[in-house]
Amino acid sequence: MKIAVIGVGALGPDFADWPALRALLKGTTVHQPARTSLPPPTMLPPAEQRRVGPAIKLALAVGGEALAGSGLDATTLATVFAASGGDAENCDALCRALAASAPQLSPTRFHNSVQNAAAGYWGIAQRATAPAMSTGAHDASFAVGLLEAATQIVAGQRPVLLVSSDTDYPEPLRATRPIPDALGVALLLAPPFPAAPATLRIEVRAGVADGLAQPSLESLRAAIPAGRALPLLQRMALGGAGVVHIEYLPALVLRVEVDGAA
Amino acid sequence: MTPLLFRASTAVSGLGTGLQVTLQGLRDNRSGLRPNEFGALPFVCHTGTVDEVQLVQLPAALQSFDCRNNRLALLALQQDGFIEAVQASVARWGAARVGVFLGTSTAGIHETELAYRQLDPQTGALPARFSYAGAHNAWSLTNFARSLLRLQGPASVVCTACSSSAKVFGVAQRMMETGLIDAAVVGGVDSLCFTTLYGFHALQLVSAQPCRPFDVARDGISIGEAAAFVLLERVPASVDADAVLLAGVGESSDAYHMSSPHPQGHGAIAAMRAALEAAALEPDQVDYLNLHGTGTRANDSTEAVAVATLFGDRVPCSSTKGATGHTLGAAGALEAVISALALRHGLIPGSPHTAAVEPQLAAQYQRSARTAELACVLSNSFGFGGANCTLALQRAN
Repeated sequence: MKIAVIGVGALGPDFADWPALRALLKGTTVHQPARTSLPPPTMLPPAEQRRVGPAIKLALAVGGEALAGSGLDATTLATVFAASGGDAENCDALCRALAASAPQLSPTRFHNSVQNAAAGYWGIAQRATAPAMSTGAHDASFAVGLLEAATQIVAGQRPVLLVSSDTDYPEPLRATRPIPDALGVALLLAPPFPAAPATLRIEVRAGVADGLAQPSLESLRAAIPAGRALPLLQRMALGGAGVVHIEYLPALVLRVEVDGAA
Repeated sequence: MTPLLFRASTAVSGLGTGLQVTLQGLRDNRSGLRPNEFGALPFVCHTGTVDEVQLVQLPAALQSFDCRNNRLALLALQQDGFIEAVQASVARWGAARVGVFLGTSTAGIHETELAYRQLDPQTGALPARFSYAGAHNAWSLTNFARSLLRLQGPASVVCTACSSSAKVFGVAQRMMETGLIDAAVVGGVDSLCFTTLYGFHALQLVSAQPCRPFDVARDGISIGEAAAFVLLERVPASVDADAVLLAGVGESSDAYHMSSPHPQGHGAIAAMRAALEAAALEPDQVDYLNLHGTGTRANDSTEAVAVATLFGDRVPCSSTKGATGHTLGAAGALEAVISALALRHGLIPGSPHTAAVEPQLAAQYQRSARTAELACVLSNSFGFGGANCTLALQRAN
């Protein structure tokens, strides 16, 4: 399957946007230990801004960055949201409330607990009535999202915004799912066209996923499901042609031929 | 889209275990809803409970997946020769060419709910037996089914709330169309848990009575648990006349509110239109519409508007949630299987518990089951976050 990359968004520890991550991946800046800083979700109406947690802020931020300047109409743009889970903090809060002797649940926390909350809020923010998919597969969630987006693009001949993002649990769930911090990437993807900044040719293969040479970036790749995108993003940061292998299900990879820069 | 064959299917819900009992329950207009016995809740409600799930044991090698949700999945997979049908598909295509795409809203979160009641008093840690990947994470469902069925192809879990296991049909269809797979196991499983029972209660959307979809006096949902699976393959050169085909999948988003549907039903209309378009069907060709019909004031009002806008009063329709309860992330697949039974056996399901029908649908709403020749059926599923999906099914003849 061949698709084009039009835009990229990124947010994570020590990078506030795609230009910052691109510089880290090219080695022009050095990755420093830092906590991810999530911007306020200004694309939402004020009342909704107060209701959303980290997972939604993260997804909206990277999705917005990938879309910005593309000239595409967000109202008719299909979306794929890939994540290992829902909003991690919200999940912990609900489980604590349910463990009380007389459980009282916040209605907002409940409806924010659905794993398509980010997709729902994106729709509200952008008046986006096109289909929105929310999918994943634990650590393989980025690859699942990329494959889902690619099949939508090839089968439907329409652009798709892919958002892959994960947030970290507080304890006690953190000990059982040790995602260290929030990290999100977004790719604005489309059917291939001659002037596309980059094109990807994607296949499912048996194989072993590529890592990153820089240890601190490799640790993000290995520890955060959305971080599995980093080898692909590094290839696009460097530009030119090359092949990367993205972690998919056990014993499988997505073999991606990359041509171009983003 | 190119139609796909329902090669095999199975379902378990409060209405019954396996297709035969489910079909008989639909014919008898029976309801599987009973006064709730799950979890000693401080409020009155009815639930569609699968009692047999207590007796199910996962194979020893898959114990790390043990939770109510995966037990329910296994119970369904063991019915109707489904596992054997998947094995035959694997023999035809190879394990790497059979995908599995399942929907759930809460997976095995009930294990987490119980574990949070048993945190270590000193450290606050979860009990040692707690399995995040095996039970809590939504992927546990697909991973369990993929492991049990020994599949090695593409796989994912879809979590779009109450349309999750309708949307998986679209995932499979695109994977087939792009040549990544030759067959797919699709379906959905959701099981009773505190999150949804207390959560819908907090939203004041749970009825104290058995739910009454499209009744003028309806006052909320009854939650049910269910597992339903369909094995999809390309349509071979010759198929039985009563074979059921997936003819179209239509998806849309409300872009309106997280937990309330668009009042004019714009998203519902768009999903139904998209399914008809994908199937190259006109509204007049639809013989029965299986409604989302949860029994809440808002859902049923907007769905009635959407149905009237698209079909007038011509198409017989009903919600089967009075029989099964709202099975949330399993509803799309369960109602696809019910719709396939309707097509194959010439049955329009009724709507147990519904008495006085919402005026807008009074002419065509089916309170009682009846026989009818059906060639084309639509099934609606609408979820929180405004995630809508309509499936179009047809008989092969």
